[in-house]
Amino acid sequence: MFYREAGDFRTTYAEDQQTFPIKFDRYRYYLVLFIAICVVPFVINDYWANSLLLPFLIYAIAAIGLNILVGYCGQVSLGTGGFMAVGAYACYKLMTAMPDVSMFIHVLLAGAITAAVGVLFGLPSLRIKGFYLAVATLAAQFFLVWLFNRFPWFYNYSASGQINAPERDVFGIVITGPNAEAWATYAFCLIFTIFSAIVARNLTRGSVGRKWMAIRDMDIAAEIIGVNPLRAKLTAFAVSSFFIGVSGALFFAIYLGAVEVGEAFGITKSFLVLFMIIIGGLGSIFGSFAGAAFLVLLPVMLKVVGVDWLGWPTDIVAHLQLVIVGALIVLFLVAEPHGIAQLWRVAKEKLRLWPFPH
Amino acid sequence: MTYKLGTLAVAGLMAASPVMADLVFPSLSYRTGPYAAGGIPFADGYADYFTMLNERDGGIGGVMTSVPECETAYNTEKGVECYESLKDSGGLVYQPLSTGITYQLIPKTTADGIPMHTMGYGRTSAANGEVFSHTFNYPANYWNGASGAINYLLAENGGDLNGKKISLVYHNSAYGKEPIRTLQELSKKHGFEFTEVPVDHPGQEQKSQWLQIRRDKPDYVIMYGWGVMNQVAVQEAANIRFPMENFIGIWWSGSENDVLAAGAAADGYKALTFHGVGSDFPVFDDIKTHVVDKGLAAGAGDQIGTVLYNRGLYAAMLAAEAAKTAQEIHGTPDITAAMMRDGMEALKITEEKMTELGLPNFGPTFDVSCSNHGGTGLVGVTQWDATAKEWTLISDFAPTDMDVIQPLIEEDSAAYAAENNIENNCG
Repeated sequence: MFYREAGDFRTTYAEDQQTFPIKFDRYRYYLVLFIAICVVPFVINDYWANSLLLPFLIYAIAAIGLNILVGYCGQVSLGTGGFMAVGAYACYKLMTAMPDVSMFIHVLLAGAITAAVGVLFGLPSLRIKGFYLAVATLAAQFFLVWLFNRFPWFYNYSASGQINAPERDVFGIVITGPNAEAWATYAFCLIFTIFSAIVARNLTRGSVGRKWMAIRDMDIAAEIIGVNPLRAKLTAFAVSSFFIGVSGALFFAIYLGAVEVGEAFGITKSFLVLFMIIIGGLGSIFGSFAGAAFLVLLPVMLKVVGVDWLGWPTDIVAHLQLVIVGALIVLFLVAEPHGIAQLWRVAKEKLRLWPFPH
Repeated sequence: MTYKLGTLAVAGLMAASPVMADLVFPSLSYRTGPYAAGGIPFADGYADYFTMLNERDGGIGGVMTSVPECETAYNTEKGVECYESLKDSGGLVYQPLSTGITYQLIPKTTADGIPMHTMGYGRTSAANGEVFSHTFNYPANYWNGASGAINYLLAENGGDLNGKKISLVYHNSAYGKEPIRTLQELSKKHGFEFTEVPVDHPGQEQKSQWLQIRRDKPDYVIMYGWGVMNQVAVQEAANIRFPMENFIGIWWSGSENDVLAAGAAADGYKALTFHGVGSDFPVFDDIKTHVVDKGLAAGAGDQIGTVLYNRGLYAAMLAAEAAKTAQEIHGTPDITAAMMRDGMEALKITEEKMTELGLPNFGPTFDVSCSNHGGTGLVGVTQWDATAKEWTLISDFAPTDMDVIQPLIEEDSAAYAAENNIENNCG
């Protein structure tokens, strides 16, 4: 019924190789883009932007970044929080040192700096694997947080050690600081999210991504067929850290406006993003979005239902939130170990045959 | 579960009744997470005082109050979410009870024209109203606290701290780092040796820090801690047999939760305060009749009279008085956030007013003005009695060293003003 391929003819290689070869899928994708670009910015308010959409978009970028490393290249990382902090602090230093440069450039540069740091901490991956690599990246997490707390140069010697995003604009539209309009901050993050998703999608289905997946599936075999593990692993670290750095920069500059490294970029952040990709689906761009939505939007929804609609005490709702989210994670992983992306894939497969499954 | 039913009913009523006509005092509370032990009593005190005003006086100036709560878990992201979700309810003043969230909200509240009161926490230089138009931190701030502790030690040592060693054990965050500059300046002025001992969030593990203190043998230890960090520190201090009377906490390290765990070993531990302790004030009779006996107490209702409950109550009292002042200035009982700001800026707390409110000698007297949002910065010292299980005020509310603090406030706020292109608000 849905997803019917009959009558959906593809006459060129380009059509055959596009991201969404099925017409229905493609139109749905265009519809989502249309709503995100042409509808949401006109109806968005502060609450929707700051409580739901900004964190969702920003965490989606971080999840895409981590998914490239963990899901596509098979290198487990617990350093996400630390790398986000690199992006945030790089962005802060750039913003304050060069106030006149466009925020687009700052955010991209912050990503590039994080990529360099990521490559540095990716070096151990050439020698160690699996849990041992996880521990090495865990060291990166703690080291980076310590670094930003220890040396006042990183926070411009402010008394409190906090970094605050000053007001900056893009083409005359204020996008950081308290006077930024909801639609402007949303649009800015949306541009980066779409850009990240498209770049990541095309990287992962090209030769680079195939090399990553070869390394993930069996590194010795990959080496024998001619994949250079040094280059494959380090490019994965670089690309992954780039996206994570961009998300860290947006997280600080656009979303929160003021951060403190230990609180905002601690080990819990690393776990949060890792959970997003595990729940969403390893090795899937859609999974990164689904995981981010699951862990960002669900707690807020539960809060709205519990406190605002049912009028329950806030502490009970907060505890219930933990219970429900935790239970759902367990349920999801029992029902479908490959995450929401796999559930979605199965659902599509079923819909393709529905209503005549045989 | 029975006590929950009461709050459930109140919360249900609050959700059901239209909030339009009420004076809304949002409470960004944290009843969960590692800092809940401090967040619960404060939120209870804050809510109970307004409940009492509603029950006893029919609100403030004839308008009922409401206190919608939002759980932040001391987490900045949730704090932002809470602020945005409560913004539409027409909140008059925000009190986040978290320095991290405060930093986030200073620019936001200023842009939205909603005042924020960070009583004894937040950004210290917000005391300069010329730069921070919508942020208030009366009656005392972190730097008053640091100076208050040193002044107390000066008095104990006959005015001379030369050659003494003082260590600062602090929560390694914006909050804990605040007093460092002040203490460095004071160490230059008074000639004591100052060392910093950071403790990382949440502070459950402090063995190495206290080993360092045991090795350094400081004469005095000052602590800027919060949550579980406090009780661990007190316990560790007891373990290395550090004399408790030489151990002084800031007001956020001076509640019952912090010392009860260490039992008798915590006897003699001192903490700073800017308000009275205990429940020996007439207002608590009203709380009992109008709130507790009617089953309207917030939370479990078991926190009444604790240090942090009193602080929440004090914060609520100051907010209510500011609202009254605003009603007088603008001649209308239905005030807006902008009017509330005017009320806060014109707030005068006198001894007569406190006595009238049933809180004689509860806190220092102070005036707020356009340029001074920090009050007078009077700080007292309390001491824990482990056998009686109570805090007692052992000094008067004494002035702090504004000669040192004021230039620091000017400097820090000037930096903020330059960063954000702020003109002098008081012109």
